[in-house]
Amino acid sequence: MKEQGTFRVKKGMAQMQKGGVIMDVTTVEQAQIAEKAGAVAVMALERVPSDIRAAGGVARMADPEMIMSIMDTVTIPVMAKVRIGHFAEAQILEELGVDYIDESEVLTPADEQYHINKHHFKVPFVCGARDLGEALRRISEGAAMIRTKGEPGTGNVVEAVRHMRKVMDQVRQVISKADDELVVLAKELGVSVELLKEVRDAGRLPVVNFAAGGIASPADASLMMQLGSDGIFVGSGIFKSEKPQLVAEAIVKATLHYDDPKVLAEVSRKLGDAMPGLEISSLAAADRMQERGI
Amino acid sequence: MKIGVLSVQGAVSEHIRHLERCSVEAVAVKNQESLNETSGLIIPGGESTTIGKLIETFGLADLIRKRNRQGSLAVFGTCAGMVLIAREILDGIAGQPKLDLMDISVQRNAFGRQKESFETDLDFKSFNFPLTAVFIRAPIIEVASPEVETLAEMPEGIVAARQDNLLATSFHPELTDDLRVHEYFIGMCKNCI
Repeated sequence: MKEQGTFRVKKGMAQMQKGGVIMDVTTVEQAQIAEKAGAVAVMALERVPSDIRAAGGVARMADPEMIMSIMDTVTIPVMAKVRIGHFAEAQILEELGVDYIDESEVLTPADEQYHINKHHFKVPFVCGARDLGEALRRISEGAAMIRTKGEPGTGNVVEAVRHMRKVMDQVRQVISKADDELVVLAKELGVSVELLKEVRDAGRLPVVNFAAGGIASPADASLMMQLGSDGIFVGSGIFKSEKPQLVAEAIVKATLHYDDPKVLAEVSRKLGDAMPGLEISSLAAADRMQERGI
Repeated sequence: MKIGVLSVQGAVSEHIRHLERCSVEAVAVKNQESLNETSGLIIPGGESTTIGKLIETFGLADLIRKRNRQGSLAVFGTCAGMVLIAREILDGIAGQPKLDLMDISVQRNAFGRQKESFETDLDFKSFNFPLTAVFIRAPIIEVASPEVETLAEMPEGIVAARQDNLLATSFHPELTDDLRVHEYFIGMCKNCI
């Protein structure tokens, strides 16, 4: 008998994306460029995060028509975003046959208290996290993949670095803890002791952990991989750059050969202007997306 | 004996862990030097277009073809790896990269999109009890030449097969704790030393 949507099947899908680059696309043409460049998946959305920032207002799930046209065009998996807590948007995306749902702080949150109960879905979910507590809370809600939040749409990698380092540092602390100490830590983090034991025994998060939020160059991708990311999401960094095709290919190669400076030096050349960046301290508190849904 | 796992993208560490649990020395293969040390190569699940493109770009594809055809390298493709070693990919994108080794025609994403992905118990030839097989956006063998031995099938088609020193599965033996498929492949690699 076929058993669909088991946690192993959902988590396994993310494991198949490891070492790869997932690219934000807003049109069929961009999706084709991403697939040709070697992306392992595309994230279909109406506007890339930097444009969402610029436009203001309420950012919602993308138009199903646009998502379906991208699903019809590429053979790699197609992901799409829903607002935090908006399970009706998620039901729609599951019905469309989207391969992965990102419950994302990039869109305007629909629920300030609860995330989606992701166990109820056959389609897997990825969620953002800034630290181990957030990551494990999302996993206990059913997330099959985690990514750093970073600060989306800024082209500034500093927040993604902060979040990846924080998670790695906390995992190292958990590894050294005795059972009774884990009970106290579980209370502090708002997570179950069982999940913490899983982290301790595996020496890592129980699901795949990607980097996202501010990655704009091959060097950024290499940095995040060297810090322990399982793979890379690039949002605005490709299609807001001067030469998207070249930047896309270069980031794919840099993610594969992240530990080989010779390849990195080669692929970083002649890429034109990167996307314009934003200094994080110039953002007003209300414009910071990473504090959404914690 | 060393067995390599093609370390471009996908479920690399899972295969390495399984090989190590079978007490075999496992090598992550990223370049020609490490490929030349191994008697067998596992091409893991991942995205076949991505893996195929990158092994051409970094000069691994020709060496895999050459050593497999010489009989000095056994190759095991799981999921995307099965697509890559096939002679024919029925619904590939234009210019779909492939290794062109096994006499099979493969249909990608044959069971549908991710929400249709599943696990199931499966009879595997010569195993004395079924294994749990995890299928993720899995391909299927639609046509196999007479030289290809079917090892497992489902109503939809063939999901595991062998031809000489080539092994292919639609599913992911690296995602369960059962080591029998890896042990089967290790047995094949011993002929390639």
